[in-house]
Amino acid sequence: MHEMGIVLHMAKTLDETAEQNQLTKIGRVTLQVGEVSGIMTDLFTDAWDYFKKKHPMLTECELVLETIPAVTWCDNCKKTYETVKYGKTCPHCGSGETWLLQGNECIIKEIEAE
Amino acid sequence: MKIINVGASVTASNDRDAALLREELRAKGQLMVNLMSAPGSGKTTLLSRLIKDMPEVKIAVMEADIESAVDAERIEALGAQAVQVHTDGMCHMDAGMTRASLEALEDDGAKLIFLENVGNLICPAEYDTGAGLDMMILSVPEGDDKPLKYPLMFEKSNALVITKTDALPYFRFDVELCAARARKLNPAIRVFPVSAKTGDGMAELEDWLRGKLAAWQAGAAKEA
Repeated sequence: MHEMGIVLHMAKTLDETAEQNQLTKIGRVTLQVGEVSGIMTDLFTDAWDYFKKKHPMLTECELVLETIPAVTWCDNCKKTYETVKYGKTCPHCGSGETWLLQGNECIIKEIEAE
Repeated sequence: MKIINVGASVTASNDRDAALLREELRAKGQLMVNLMSAPGSGKTTLLSRLIKDMPEVKIAVMEADIESAVDAERIEALGAQAVQVHTDGMCHMDAGMTRASLEALEDDGAKLIFLENVGNLICPAEYDTGAGLDMMILSVPEGDDKPLKYPLMFEKSNALVITKTDALPYFRFDVELCAARARKLNPAIRVFPVSAKTGDGMAELEDWLRGKLAAWQAGAAKEA
């Protein structure tokens, strides 16, 4: 269900972009999804395929997904590490004073349209 | 075909709607509190207690559920205005749905408006509703490990209310450990262990809410 909600929000942003740029048809949309955004890409693609058939501007729109790797910063030793592999605890120094730098995004990068 | 760089977060339009709603509410002196938790954590019981204990503050409640009106009926029985919001299967409230719910409330001068979000520790944390305060509830029977499993909600909340503390003798729930885990994710989070049944700890939570409402009406920032 969550993925369908994201598709609806995405369609709203696409509608606004289409209006601003006087577009009638969107042929391709590139979405950047963070590794720890919580979005299940298989479910998302299914939800998108279901939704686009009901939305005239998007019926032939291809969805391209790009992954943004998750990177965490350690405040203690000032180094970065892979979030998915090590989680909240820094593998360099063992500190828990760590913050996600990137990886929870869901960004519409670009569209190809006419 | 032409290529257009959009570069917008999928939730960008929701974030805009939420920011606008928040400013409109502030201008009216109304503080909306987004209340998030798992089902059965005692949201409605906690709200019932707050309504009884804070008669000087006019409270209204918006109950978001996938189905039924049982929660709204309990709130109305206490004399506070309640609207039931059906999300038609959606797992969270967004700013647009929240605005529609606010429009369904009659303007009876309520200054503190609680939005009981859908019972779920995941998705509601990802959508800004336009609330001035985000408050989450974790009940003792759910366990003190929840900050480890659902970090985002703890990161986003201004306060964590640990409910059903009267049940502590029957569960292995370490209040201090849970609070420490929450603070590790969010150093600014306020933690209130309460029992809405016995009233234990309620005064601290109520004083905090009164202070937040006063600061909000004085025009302080969300983080005030």
